[in-house]
Amino acid sequence: MIGIIDYGVGNLFSLISSFGMIGQTAEVVKTPEAALKADKLILPGVGAFADARQKLSEHGMDEAVLMAAKRGTPLLGICLGMQMLFDASEEFGETAGLSLIPGRITAMQPRLPAGLKVPQIGWNGLEMRLHPLFDGVPQGACVYFVHSYSATGCEANTIAVTEYGIPVTAAAANGNVMGTQFHPEKSGRIGLRILSNFCSM
Amino acid sequence: MITKRIIPCLDVRDGRVVKGVRFQGLSDVSDPVDLARAYSENGADELVFYDITASAEGRKLFTDVLRRAASEIFIPLTVGGGISTLSDFERVLGSGADKVSVNSGAITNPELIGEAAKKYGSQCVVLSVDAARVDGVYHVFRNGGRIDTGLDALEWIRRGIGEGAGEIVLNSIDTDGVRQGFDLPMLTAVCAFADVPVIASGGAGGIQDFITLFQAVPAVDAGLAASIFHFGEVSIDALKAALDAAGIRVRRT
Repeated sequence: MIGIIDYGVGNLFSLISSFGMIGQTAEVVKTPEAALKADKLILPGVGAFADARQKLSEHGMDEAVLMAAKRGTPLLGICLGMQMLFDASEEFGETAGLSLIPGRITAMQPRLPAGLKVPQIGWNGLEMRLHPLFDGVPQGACVYFVHSYSATGCEANTIAVTEYGIPVTAAAANGNVMGTQFHPEKSGRIGLRILSNFCSM
Repeated sequence: MITKRIIPCLDVRDGRVVKGVRFQGLSDVSDPVDLARAYSENGADELVFYDITASAEGRKLFTDVLRRAASEIFIPLTVGGGISTLSDFERVLGSGADKVSVNSGAITNPELIGEAAKKYGSQCVVLSVDAARVDGVYHVFRNGGRIDTGLDALEWIRRGIGEGAGEIVLNSIDTDGVRQGFDLPMLTAVCAFADVPVIASGGAGGIQDFITLFQAVPAVDAGLAASIFHFGEVSIDALKAALDAAGIRVRRT
């Protein structure tokens, strides 16, 4: 069973539907006990880092995620859920992440050339390293991004970048822990393929 | 590099798709979910569902349409029409919308933009503006383009971005339904200061209008249209092939 972690951040309707579309059963998990029973875990999230990080720790869900990751359960963070996998974020002051992937979340604005809008909203192409998450996904395939911050200092763990004036971390992995800055559940056929690849791990 | 988006807009009344010419003379076109699926398969980058229902029963039908669409279409969905409170945001977001577009509701209560941005994030709040020239300046119109608010459109958009709107849909009443191209001067005026994505709406009559749009106003992020797609005059796939050939970056599927 694929567990989609519900910690009161964001709307899970499309994510649940997308797994149904690829013939997988996904269940919303709201307690650490339920999360630890899942064969695979999805950590979604939209909004602000500090707020989401606090909500994740409210019922000990962060401990469950750490434990599942340690046990080798495949874990996929999406968007803000991906950002929380890193060491820390500078959004609204310094907030510690889960430290499952080395690196920091920093604002894109000061790093971008003039004229580029923040947030980055829209479809952008992927430059991928060989990774099972991207099995069957052609180089340059477009996926949907909505974000103002991105992971930095994580070159060794970066498995995909997208070009937005500068190379921006689009996906990262550290063993069984993976994350996408983009929304696979909003990225059409390519996104469904990536979710399907994750389910095959 | 990020691609220019092509966004079909579906006006929905009582669970059916309609499209007006200059907002009037509505005619029934198709089932919204069938149409939405076809657009998505044809390469649409995003879909806008606009609820032009007045009745509670119609609103329920709209929510059903949205749920059905979100269950099987995996591209961003924006919902607009009749959004005036945070509970309206809640209702459509809970039914599968990714973004919510506010128009008249924000004119009545400008705080709605900031409250919604704080609760759901700016990326979720789209400010939709119907504007037309009045005595040489751009005015904001409300109630589907029928009432001149007297508000200066550029000032209103600047304020909306300041309040937390994450995207702007600029619909020119002067070019809407006329099919002679997008309102390039109005778009240029908005893009001169807008630091969030701007979506052009109103006036698309054919493929060349989109090429002209992105070449003349490169800061525009997306083009939105309804009737030229609904009646099959322009296929999104053919439009994207033409944009690509003109050197404009688009997502090819």
